Amino acid sequence: MAKNIQSLERAAAMLRLLAGGERRLGLSDIASSLELAKGTAHGILRTLQAEGFVEQDPASGRYQLGAELLRLGNSYLDVHELRARALVWTDDLARSSGESVHLGVLHQHGVLIVHHVFRPDDSRQVLEVGAMQPLHSTALGKVLSAYDPVAHSEVMEVERKAFTPRTVTGLADFESMLDHARARGWAADVEETWEGVASLAAPITDRRRMPVGAVAITGAVERICDDGELRSELVAAVRDCARAVSRDLGAQRF
Amino acid sequence: MTDAHITGPFIAAIDQGTTSSRCIVFDTDGRIVSVDQKEHEQIFPKPGWVEHNAAEIWTNVQEVVDSAIAKAGITSADVKAIGITNQRETTVLWDKNTGEPVHNALVWQDTRTDALCKELGRNVGQDRFRRETGLPLASYFAGPKIRWLLDNVEGLRERAERGEILFGTMDSWVIWNLTGGVDGGVHVTDVTNASRTMLMNLHTLDWDQKILESMDVPAAVLPEIRSSAEVYGSAAGGALAGVPVASALGDQQAALFGQTCFAEGEAKSTYGTGTFMLMNTGSEPVNSYNGLLTTVGYRIGDQPPVYALEGSIAVTGSLVQWMRDQMGLISTAAEIETLAMSVEDNGGAYFVPAFSGLFAPYWRDDARGVIAGLTRYVTKAHIARAVLEATAWQTREISDAMTKDSGVELTALKVDGGMTSNNLLMQTLSDFLDAPVVRPMVAETTCLGAAYAAGLAVGYWPDTDALRANWRRAAEWTPHMDADKRDREYKSWLKAVERTMGWLEDDADEE
Repeated sequence: MAKNIQSLERAAAMLRLLAGGERRLGLSDIASSLELAKGTAHGILRTLQAEGFVEQDPASGRYQLGAELLRLGNSYLDVHELRARALVWTDDLARSSGESVHLGVLHQHGVLIVHHVFRPDDSRQVLEVGAMQPLHSTALGKVLSAYDPVAHSEVMEVERKAFTPRTVTGLADFESMLDHARARGWAADVEETWEGVASLAAPITDRRRMPVGAVAITGAVERICDDGELRSELVAAVRDCARAVSRDLGAQRF
Repeated sequence: MTDAHITGPFIAAIDQGTTSSRCIVFDTDGRIVSVDQKEHEQIFPKPGWVEHNAAEIWTNVQEVVDSAIAKAGITSADVKAIGITNQRETTVLWDKNTGEPVHNALVWQDTRTDALCKELGRNVGQDRFRRETGLPLASYFAGPKIRWLLDNVEGLRERAERGEILFGTMDSWVIWNLTGGVDGGVHVTDVTNASRTMLMNLHTLDWDQKILESMDVPAAVLPEIRSSAEVYGSAAGGALAGVPVASALGDQQAALFGQTCFAEGEAKSTYGTGTFMLMNTGSEPVNSYNGLLTTVGYRIGDQPPVYALEGSIAVTGSLVQWMRDQMGLISTAAEIETLAMSVEDNGGAYFVPAFSGLFAPYWRDDARGVIAGLTRYVTKAHIARAVLEATAWQTREISDAMTKDSGVELTALKVDGGMTSNNLLMQTLSDFLDAPVVRPMVAETTCLGAAYAAGLAVGYWPDTDALRANWRRAAEWTPHMDADKRDREYKSWLKAVERTMGWLEDDADEE
């Protein structure tokens, strides 16, 4: 025990104290229960408070457990919550871009499609919710690999299969592609997964800037690209949508 | 890319709803340019009583209109027309000389007229006026609410008979104020709102003298009944001064219009805390023998009216909220899908949420909620699945009733409302209905419907075909369930429904 860090032990004891019995305690109660000097106890409480693990009731000055603890317990964002929050923004993106929109999350070494908005024309389209896409070749997969460390380690393990002559399979090339995506904040797939099809994706982050998913538009390469370049207004539209959903998650979770 | 920059002119829609008032500005493609919204106070003077302050509502309407126009960065010169949609049946009476409401508005959910409705049924019962009005005697509708106010506000009946008092549902209240109020405001309502008063004859589309006499409502208080899409007058002030006020539709009818259900047999269903399903039945009112309401769908100018059958489900989204708030089984509404997806099926459990009785097509107020088919095997995930299935089966029951009454098979169901973000529910709905379920790209179908009707009235859009061309499919779910399984499951559901009935003895002392 001697090698443990004393202030962390004291902080843990305080959290346990606040979790049991009376839920709100004053500084002197906490200090005397743990046999600490008031100044020492206050310093630890202030630190816990700054991290959100403890909150102080402004009226009574008493301390209680903070919302951050709750968040640690449920840190994963429900994908159906993500879809509900994204609904209006993704409809808007489909309308303004004229292309289909997909929302994807990391799932079992691939991208799980959790939401799909049809391309706004009268053509017959099939809902792709529940489908999987590869991590290494799609725009959604690249964005997730670039921003989510778990996705990154998974994409390093999977076989990076060549679906078309344009699929990037070599490790160094792939890593530099992810660097590029991180640098500009979005990723593309120009005929790297399907011949004739291009897509553009941007990351969705929660209030702590953790990547929780990605949003993409997908369409015929002739419409997504102009003279071999990705059309900048489409890039802007996808990034705007991702930002709007991220803002919604940040503003309203807890 | 069609998003270069949004250009005018525009249509503004005002949605005076149960919890808030909103204004949305739309462009010619039916896209949203700007929105503003403001909630108003819900007043509960006694259990079962619900009131709104109509003066507060009018203030809020002015604010959201001015703010939506400012957010869009446009002026009244850019707006071709104003459309109105509103919470239905909510009733206000006001003094035509001062413009002051004589009492808070009685909201559609308010049940204070229950006893009055029973009394009005006399020996005939709740269907006494159904042939003329398409409605059963129930506390929602405006006629009995007017009668209650006349009976209970001191001196009101005398003032009403002297012609000093005006009645309106919220469309009339907003239009009268918008067009000048005491300074020349027009006192009108549209056929869809009038069809929810129980005072309008569905066949003549005029106030029914016999019913007015039976209900003891003086004709002098009533507005003129107009079509849903025509110019009633012009806005007298505010950011939209001078702009024609050109449509009015009750909210569910507006959603039917916004979903472009212009052909006989087309139907929409709006999934909120409760659910309202309406089916276009063409130019003749269809009598319901299966517990549905007959109502006016819309009327465009001088064209013949279009009628609809309506079925409502009391508890749908609110059942999910109940799982969250009362049962604590989920922490957000969206999580119901996650929980339900963790199992393959309902494990034999069926949940009939008859919390305040069964609505369409049964109308049994002696029923109460039941979870049937419980075994040790059943987990909370199976219950979550049963919760979603309850909404889907109840929709199926209404759809079956509509088919029986109208003889028209449902070919596809257009859906809107918050629950459409639940993918499992939408798939289940399609499986149980054995029909495609389609979600449009604009979720705000209610406001859109009011905007469409106003735009048609002023020639902003040429005809309903142009509106259809605006409609965009955002998603479509197709049935994947085999017929035997569907029939078996439906049978089990119906058995569970049976078990809810007769729970309350007599009518006495419920709750």
